Amino acid sequence: MTTALSPGKIAKQLAKKFPEAVIEEGADSLLLKPESLLAVMEYLKTSPGLDFDYLNHVTGVDYYDYLEVVYQLTSLKHNHGLVLKVRCYDREKPALPSVYGIWRGADFQEREIFDLLGIVFEGHPKLRRIVLWEGFEGYPLRKDFL
Amino acid sequence: MTTTREIAIQTEPFVVNFGPAHPSTHGVFRMLTTLDGEVIVAMEPVFGYLHRGIEKLAEERTYGGCIPLTDRLDYLASMSNNFAYCLAVEKLAGIEVPERAEYIRVIMAELQRIASHLIAIGAFLNDCGAFQTPIVYMIREREKILDLFDMVCGQRLTYNYMRVGGVSQDIPEEFVPALKKFLKEMPGWIKEYDRLLKENEILLARAKGVGILSKEMAINTSASGPVLRASGVEWDIRRADPYSIYDRFEFDIPTGTAGDCYDRYRVRIEEMRQSLRILEQAAAQISPGDFRSEVPHLVRPPAGEAYGRLESPKGELGFYLVSDGSIAPYRFHVRAPAFINLTALSDMMRGWKVADAIIIFGSIDICMGEVDR
Repeated sequence: MTTALSPGKIAKQLAKKFPEAVIEEGADSLLLKPESLLAVMEYLKTSPGLDFDYLNHVTGVDYYDYLEVVYQLTSLKHNHGLVLKVRCYDREKPALPSVYGIWRGADFQEREIFDLLGIVFEGHPKLRRIVLWEGFEGYPLRKDFL
Repeated sequence: MTTTREIAIQTEPFVVNFGPAHPSTHGVFRMLTTLDGEVIVAMEPVFGYLHRGIEKLAEERTYGGCIPLTDRLDYLASMSNNFAYCLAVEKLAGIEVPERAEYIRVIMAELQRIASHLIAIGAFLNDCGAFQTPIVYMIREREKILDLFDMVCGQRLTYNYMRVGGVSQDIPEEFVPALKKFLKEMPGWIKEYDRLLKENEILLARAKGVGILSKEMAINTSASGPVLRASGVEWDIRRADPYSIYDRFEFDIPTGTAGDCYDRYRVRIEEMRQSLRILEQAAAQISPGDFRSEVPHLVRPPAGEAYGRLESPKGELGFYLVSDGSIAPYRFHVRAPAFINLTALSDMMRGWKVADAIIIFGSIDICMGEVDR
């Protein structure tokens, strides 16, 4: 059975290395600061004992006040999982760092979030629309689109 | 000084479009290939031609009303889609499922896995140049599975059979005997495929060592299902994170070693055998009972979120649902295995010839309904 790691424990571990990286500890997820996202992800992937080598999925949600991106990680070695979130408060020009360099699996998924929610992933090598055509106006998965 | 001979052999890479409408693209899919002679230098997948905005449509429907939408994702494995979505809603709303319904679901999901793999293998062999003969054999067997599905829900492609808290109707009396008859016949048919194809010289020459996906690359690109297992990773959600009643069954996880097209083909064949094992155990254990728990017509899960996932024939199929306490999902996200399995495609194709590209693409088994959504 995949054990969901307790966010509280991970937060404590992260606090030693990256103070101020964690904004909030949810019941089953951690809310991170966008600036420290990449460093935390790299740490989660490489540090022994955690070994989050597999990115299950990335997706975005529009909550009106902010746009949220959700990362679901799994360690195939230890069979445990963790959910991480980051928020973007700027609706006009939302931007987040791309995790493409850490998990290639984020490639199409980040492009899809960019396409449908309009979040720009900085550092993604070919961030273009993926399911809609170039020149499409608006971001359909945003709540104010329709 | 450049001689005439050097000018004559000078080559330039050029771009060739495969598709969107091309017999080998399994739907409407475009491969923008850059070729150096016959060798692929770069490949960029272009898709979205079948994008129907299912994730957005679902936000306007009730939780029960989304089930027919899930049918239209991976239309070759509708039962698995129904199942994954119902798992996610049940997780979100905390709904229990009666034991009989769990058995029915497992039976349907495993039959669906066999049906989907049959099409995957048949289409793959078609791409290899074994034109039409193997796929007709496989469609012959798939037809028997569709007859079984027809018996329980009256549909042959988009079943809309599962419901939140169970299934829409109980299986008819004649279902289990018909299933047992199928289980008796199917191993012989798989043996027949093996006799024809396992050591077929042409298939070995075309598929062995072609389109290798290394273990590290498979993990890093979030590949799942037979594609991941063929690269030597023993990861199956039925075992790693058992959902429903999968912890009650004995089965093995077939894996490959090389991660080439042939391994992906073999993993699917072996998975069909394992599915038959599960089906046999399920058919023996199923007992009378309720087929659906008491669930209100309009499900109102408490505000929150849930990620329900299962091992679909193509890989990890998950639904990420966010509820705001109303009767419709606030966010409905599909973690589509076929979509994510495409990530590594360009790396798998680089350096191979055009004819191999068709095989490599066929071996990852995609369904455009799921890729585009």
